[in-house]
Amino acid sequence: MSRAGDEHGPLVDLGTERPQVPARARNMSPIVPRASISGRALVAVVAIMTFLASITTGTVLLVSASAAEWQSEVASEITMQVRPQTGRDLERDVTAAAEAMRTQPGIVQVKPFTKDESARLLEPWLGSGLSIDQLPVPRVIVARVQPGSTLDLAVLRSRVTQVAPSASVDDHRAWIERMRSMTGATVFAGIGILVLVIAATIISVSFATRGAMAANRPIVEVLHFVGAGDRYIANHFLRHFLRLGLEGGVIGGGAAMLGFGFSESIAAWFSGTPVGDQFAALLGTFSLPPSGYLALAVQAVAIAAITAWASRRTLFATLDDID
Amino acid sequence: MVRFENVGLRYGLGPEILRDLSFLIPAHSFQFLTGPSGAGKTSLLRLLFLSLRPTRGLVNLFGQDVSLLGKDQVANMRQKIGIVLQDFRLLDHMTTYENVALPFRVMGREESSYRREVIDLLRWVGLGERMDALPPILSGGEKQRAAIARAVISRPQLLLADEPTGSVDPTLGRRLLRLFIELNRLGTAVIIATHDITLMDQYEARRMVLHQGRLHIYE
Repeated sequence: MSRAGDEHGPLVDLGTERPQVPARARNMSPIVPRASISGRALVAVVAIMTFLASITTGTVLLVSASAAEWQSEVASEITMQVRPQTGRDLERDVTAAAEAMRTQPGIVQVKPFTKDESARLLEPWLGSGLSIDQLPVPRVIVARVQPGSTLDLAVLRSRVTQVAPSASVDDHRAWIERMRSMTGATVFAGIGILVLVIAATIISVSFATRGAMAANRPIVEVLHFVGAGDRYIANHFLRHFLRLGLEGGVIGGGAAMLGFGFSESIAAWFSGTPVGDQFAALLGTFSLPPSGYLALAVQAVAIAAITAWASRRTLFATLDDID
Repeated sequence: MVRFENVGLRYGLGPEILRDLSFLIPAHSFQFLTGPSGAGKTSLLRLLFLSLRPTRGLVNLFGQDVSLLGKDQVANMRQKIGIVLQDFRLLDHMTTYENVALPFRVMGREESSYRREVIDLLRWVGLGERMDALPPILSGGEKQRAAIARAVISRPQLLLADEPTGSVDPTLGRRLLRLFIELNRLGTAVIIATHDITLMDQYEARRMVLHQGRLHIYE
C-alpha cells in the first residue's frame, strides 16, 4: 500500500523552487483513449437497431389501437337479414322481425333498411337506375347493442325466426375473432422482430467490445501492473460504450419519433389515393398517443442499457483472458 | 515479506526453467538478482509480481499464499509492489506526468494530493522539462526514467526492477541507483535484476545469482 504522505514526507524533495506543471501535462487524459474505440460504426449499428425497434413497436401500438377501435364498433352492432320467400310478405316479415328485436333486452336502437336504401347498398355492384323489384334482394336490419350488456343471441334468434322464418341474425363474432387473431399475429411478429433486433445489437456490441479490448490490450496490461482491478478497468471502457449506446439510441429513437410525428402530415398527402385509404383503414389516424412516444423513449434507453450490459459482460470475459 | 519454498516453473510442456527455488526476501532489504541472459531473471520477477503462477512449490507474499488469492486480492497486492520492466510499458496517449501519476490515479487519489510528489520525482530523475511530453517522442533513457518514476512514486513495499539502468549513461545510472537506495532507506524492499557488474559494485548488497534454473545467494 502506498505510504505517501506519511511521516517520511515525499520520496524526493527539491525544496520550494519547482516549476509549475504545464497545463497540458495535468490535463488528465482519459485512461482509455476515445479514439481507440471504433465508435462511429457502433453508434450507427445501435442507431439503426433502435430505429427498427421503434418503428416495430410504434406500428404494433397503432395496429393494436385501431383493432381495439374496430372491435368495439363491430361488437356493438348486430345485423339481421330477412330473405324473400315464396308465399310470404317480405315487408311484413321485416316489420315483425324489427319489432321482435326492439323488445329484446340490451338492444337500444333498431334500423330496418327500406327497399330504396337496400337498392342503394347494391348500387356499387348493379349500377343505378335498375329496378330491384324483380330481384330476390334480402332486406337488412341493423341494431345497436347497449355497451357492456350481454345479449342472449339464442333467444333473439328463436323469437325472430318465429315471426320471420327466413331471417338470420349475425353478431359479427367471426369477424371479431378474425381481427383478434390478426392483431395477435401482428403483436407476435412485432415481438419477434424486437427479439431479433436486440439479439443483433448484443452480438454487434460484443464484437465491438472485443475489438476495442484487443486494440487496448497494452493499456489493460499496464493498468494491471499498477494495481488496477478488473472492475476499475471495466468501468473505464464501459463509460465509452454506454455513451456510444446512448448516442445511437437517441439518434435511432429520435428519428423514429420524428417519423411518427410527421406521419399524419405524410398520411394527409396520400389521402384519397387507394394506398392512403388502405393504410388509413389498417392503422386508423396514424398518430401515436403520448404514451406511445414515452414507450419509444423508454425503449431507446433500454437498448442503450442493453449495449452497456453486453459490453460489460464481454469486458469481464476478455479481462479474464488477458490476466 | 517474500518466501519461496521449492518453487519450480515451466512454460507449457517445456523444461523447467526455474528449479527448487527456496529463499526469503526480508522487509527493508536490498538485493541484486543476476545471472546470464536466459537464466530466468525476468520469469522470477514475474513470479514475484504475480503475473505468473508457479508450476510447483509455495510462494508466500506479504504473509499470504498467492495460490489462494482471488483477482481482486491480486490487484490489491500489486498496489504494494512497484515494477520496472525492460520494455518500459508507458501509455502512449498520456504525458510523462500522467504516466508517473497513474498508480495514484488508480488508487482514486485527488490530483492535488500528489502533484508535488510527482513533479519533484520527475525533476529528480531529470524529466522536469519533459513532463508534458508523450512517450513516443521520449528517448529510450527518458522512457526508462519515466518507468522507474512510475514504479517508485507510490513508495511500494516491494520494488522489482528489470535492468533499470540498461538504457542510461553511467552518471544517470548512479543517480537512479541512489534513488533505489533512498527508497530502500525509507522502508521498501528492493530487487534489481541486472547483469551490469559496475552497477552491482557500486553498492554492497545481497546478490542472488540464477544459473541453469537454480538460485545461489551470496550474502
